[in-house]
Amino acid sequence: MSASPMSDFLPVTLTVNGTAVSRMVAPRTTLADFVRTDLQLTGTHTGCEMGACGACLVLMNGEPVHSCLVFAIQADGAAIETVEGLTERGAIEDLQRAFHERNALQCGFCTPGMLVTGHAILEKGGLPDREHIRDALSGNYCRCTGYEAIVDAIERALREREGCA
Amino acid sequence: MEEARAAFLAVDGDASYISGGQSLVPALAMRLQAPAVLVDLSGIADLRGVELQGETLRIGALTRHADALTHPLIARHAPLLNAAAPFVAHPAIRNRGTLGGSVSLADPASEFPAMMLAMGAQMEIFGEDGFRRVPADDYFIDLYQTALEPGDILTALYVPSVGPHHRWAFDELARRRGDYAMVGAGILAHMDGALVESARIALFSVGSTPVRAPGAEAALAGRLLDAKTIADAQRALDDDLDPPDDEHIPAAMRRHLARVLLGRLLQRLGETP
Amino acid sequence: MNAPVHGSTAFDRPAHVGRGMSRPNAKRLLAGKGNYVTDLALPRMLHAAFVRSPHAHARIGAIDVEAARAAPGVRLVATGEDIAKLCTPWTGTLDHFKGMKSAPQLPLPVDKVVWSGQAVVAVVADSRAEAEDAAELVMIDYEELPVLADLDTALAPDAPKVTEDFADNLCFRSALDSGGVDAVFASAAHVVEADFLFGRHTGVPLEPRAIIADYDASEHRLTVHHATQTPFQFQDLYSRHYGIPEARVRVVAPDVGGSFGVKLHVYNEDMAVVGLSILCRRPVKFVADRLEAFVSDIHARDHRVHARAAVAADGTLLAMDVEDETGIGAFSTYPRTSVVEGNQVIRLIGAPYRLEGYRAGLKVVFQNKVQTSQYRAVGHPIACAVTEHLVDEAARVTGLDPLEIRAKNVIPDTAYPCASLSGYKFEKLSHEACLTKLRALMDYERLRTEQAELRARGILRGIGIATFVEITNPTPAFYGIGGARISAQDGAVLAVTPSGEVRCQISVTEQGQGTETIVGQVIADHLGVPRDIIRVMTGDTAVTPHGGATWACRGAGIGGETALQAARKLKTNVLSLAAGILQAKPADLDLVNAEVVDRDGTVRMSLAEVARIAYFRSDTLPDGAEAQLTVAHHFAPKGYPFAFTNGIHGCHVEVDAETGLVKILKHFVVEDCGRIINPLLVEEQVRGGVVQGLGAAFFEECLYDQGGQLTNGSLADYLVPMSCEMPDILIDHVETPTLDTELGAKGCGEAGTAAASAAALNAVNDALGPLGARLTQVPMTPARILKALGRF
Repeated sequence: MSASPMSDFLPVTLTVNGTAVSRMVAPRTTLADFVRTDLQLTGTHTGCEMGACGACLVLMNGEPVHSCLVFAIQADGAAIETVEGLTERGAIEDLQRAFHERNALQCGFCTPGMLVTGHAILEKGGLPDREHIRDALSGNYCRCTGYEAIVDAIERALREREGCA
Repeated sequence: MEEARAAFLAVDGDASYISGGQSLVPALAMRLQAPAVLVDLSGIADLRGVELQGETLRIGALTRHADALTHPLIARHAPLLNAAAPFVAHPAIRNRGTLGGSVSLADPASEFPAMMLAMGAQMEIFGEDGFRRVPADDYFIDLYQTALEPGDILTALYVPSVGPHHRWAFDELARRRGDYAMVGAGILAHMDGALVESARIALFSVGSTPVRAPGAEAALAGRLLDAKTIADAQRALDDDLDPPDDEHIPAAMRRHLARVLLGRLLQRLGETP
Repeated sequence: MNAPVHGSTAFDRPAHVGRGMSRPNAKRLLAGKGNYVTDLALPRMLHAAFVRSPHAHARIGAIDVEAARAAPGVRLVATGEDIAKLCTPWTGTLDHFKGMKSAPQLPLPVDKVVWSGQAVVAVVADSRAEAEDAAELVMIDYEELPVLADLDTALAPDAPKVTEDFADNLCFRSALDSGGVDAVFASAAHVVEADFLFGRHTGVPLEPRAIIADYDASEHRLTVHHATQTPFQFQDLYSRHYGIPEARVRVVAPDVGGSFGVKLHVYNEDMAVVGLSILCRRPVKFVADRLEAFVSDIHARDHRVHARAAVAADGTLLAMDVEDETGIGAFSTYPRTSVVEGNQVIRLIGAPYRLEGYRAGLKVVFQNKVQTSQYRAVGHPIACAVTEHLVDEAARVTGLDPLEIRAKNVIPDTAYPCASLSGYKFEKLSHEACLTKLRALMDYERLRTEQAELRARGILRGIGIATFVEITNPTPAFYGIGGARISAQDGAVLAVTPSGEVRCQISVTEQGQGTETIVGQVIADHLGVPRDIIRVMTGDTAVTPHGGATWACRGAGIGGETALQAARKLKTNVLSLAAGILQAKPADLDLVNAEVVDRDGTVRMSLAEVARIAYFRSDTLPDGAEAQLTVAHHFAPKGYPFAFTNGIHGCHVEVDAETGLVKILKHFVVEDCGRIINPLLVEEQVRGGVVQGLGAAFFEECLYDQGGQLTNGSLADYLVPMSCEMPDILIDHVETPTLDTELGAKGCGEAGTAAASAAALNAVNDALGPLGARLTQVPMTPARILKALGRF
């Protein structure tokens, strides 16, 4: 339990993309603002700040969460991974390649969130059909592509990982 | 827990408890709420865990929405929660949102609070006089208003385990996957073959609280689940509801949709062995 | 059609143009290394927040900013009066729209507010949160005025005025009449008609509007990092309204998180931020949050149309007669106005068809809402839905199949060039070819058979067809003619670098469409180099020549042709220099794959070697050899005022008549955007466009109450299309290059949006027709569908 007066700064210690980070943060600072502003990890975007668009998805202890709906202090002790971290450790290279070749992005603003969801789908494994992929993407807004190319790209990465490309 | 209550009460209630934060954080971000203090409950071990206690499943308040989808005890003993879970927002929200948070907020358009009614669950609350349990039927009072007093902490949900004669069905009508439903409902029925011995029906997005449908339940009790019974239950449902009237979903439309949905769920109930 | 250059044309070896190539610049975005204004932080940067009006129409009284000024972190609180001292007002009218009117605007209002959400006071602080905290402390007295929240209220004879100085609430009216329309209707076998409503909706780019203004007083220089489609337009506007010489104003549009027309208009907050930076002498950033975006981004559509068509007994379309009324908000948007959409609606209705008579009226009406203006497919979806619904009605009354009646009435592919009765000139379209392809793509007969079988089992499926034309590649006839300083030309600087690579700085811009990719493809072919040695740079007024940039589907057609001609020019220079070095004739040489070759293809020297000599060993060049490895080139479209494209959509839906929910099973498009530079990108433009059209058809609507309050202004309440509800989209092409350019490309970015909602409307009506229900309003919400079915 912790009670946080909204005005004071509080210490937070967490792991971000494999690196231990300790900072003083205002309790109202969201994890999204924290990674974007304090850590300059601007790959994570905010499109609605209410958990509707999915542009701010990051991995928190391995699971996708909206970083706009988590206060930085709530992430104390957690392991956070952003699109930059996933990229640098090569965890989504196949997914990124599939997105690139299929042109499953246009403006790119939603893309980090799409990749985080895509990563979660890939980690779950198996060969979900297109309806299931669309369902898993139901919290990710994309205004540019119309989604089909994104579904295609994730489907392709799934098939490749399952060895049936 | 005492410490959390003390922190909450220390600022004369100008505080919010936070667990998953999936509803609270947007309200803060939009500056709809501005509590002086946030009290984080996520570290309280007593609020965690899912365990079977005799014929009752104890679901700790911090249990995540995602657990409702994957936890074997929930799937086995509280299948309505399991059936409702895929309709609750989106995967990433379900990874953070807690059942206790959802039932505490008591959004009348949410799935889980209504399922507390359908399952006949009891809410365990830690308050001034220690722990108490409140049946779902007494818990939901008005819009976002529950039996929780300022400073009270919802600690666990106690759900009667389903038996071999229970059947259940859940569905909702939403414009997009994960949206708040136009109308949603869950049914838990005790059946002997095609005979409905008793049924609990709860609807959401039809009023200022989750709503039970005693009229429709009575129309089913002791009857064979056939087309006539279903039609009678649909008719009876009208008196159970007093839906809000707004320009986009008029009250008459919600009534119509509730009738349609109830009919479909009962149809399904009759088809599942 | 292409004159041979140096022995062979690039199209003889189209190594790049016509190929589906992925976008080199997308890799950065995939790595989370996008460079959006939202992400940008400058040293000593401050943050602005705005106090917004809670009223849709009110006089501004006393403003108390003292508490806000004293709040932590606050550097400046500015009112309308403060910024009016720096910035001249603007008026959103254009000369060629005769008689149109609109009140002058300032960054922040000084006397009254005219829509709910209008920015009134600016607060600048060290952080956005502090600025927002302080904004809550600003106290403003308002005297409420009557609110004009709908068309009828605003058009009533005794209506209060949005602008007191004006005689009425009419921004503009217009009429078209080919003559003889009444006679055609009087003698027609059938008259079909309908009243249509098109909901207000908005663009919702995922990156909200974002701007950082950075004024440097020491040099009287302004740099604006601005998420916009049109950096040069804003360079001109900031310069003129703030009195800073144009050459001292730089606008940088780095990665832009979606735009769709939203980010090319002047917004009050954006103009204010420039003033705030001048006042603070520091960089000031403003990013609209999503709630602010809903009440301050332009909206679009909001049309009410009455239309009828005269039809002969055999199903021949004879004439159309339409009245369009549109509510645009309290001002006409600057600098493109808010009347273009209505103007295009009345000119595009009926445009795919041969007609004997056409008459149309337009009223553009002020009201107390945020402004509407140009958003993807301006006017097209309305014109298309009106036309195509009437065509389906004509099919119904004459017993023709929807595809048959269209085949019978579209302008034949052999009839070009020709013009519509509304005055649009068509160079060459391919309605018949598209129709034939769509029939095959949809497997139309099978779908009809299946529809009948399923209907017998109580499953309601519908098939909707919609033919369209689309305006692309606009000449100055679009804006320049009306006095707007909006360029119809584009410019490029193309250079061979000392290493023999190629750098292109071009004025068309990128918001993810693939502008840089296709420009590279065109240069690769027409210069004769591999794509991967070309670096294309866009989106910075300090880097590229002046140009119109990206709007109205002009990037590929005009930007592509600019690149083509620049590449030709540079190639001539390269070969001339190489000829000097090699003691050969330029005409005997060619540049292929970055190597200078002679007529039999023998490699004579590499481009890198030509560049090395040009840049570092000019002493070895023969007398008279010109080492001009950088060229600047501008291109403006001439000939037809617009390069019209065309196509046809098919939509396949299943309607649940009990719930009013519609499952979109599949969508089909056959389109003709002329020369296809990159089919991969064209198809993704079409898909994205279709989904925006389907959003309009089923989900998207800005809902207002009678007090002029937007009641669904968040991403939870305003329903954008999401993945689960959207179908897979099958696409095929017909290629009819425009002969106005060598490249032959036209636009494709709006083809999806132009007709998707019309096809969806026809599909739902096709499903529900047998039940006697008919919808003529979008979005087709469950409530409207159930209402039409009489279910409640």
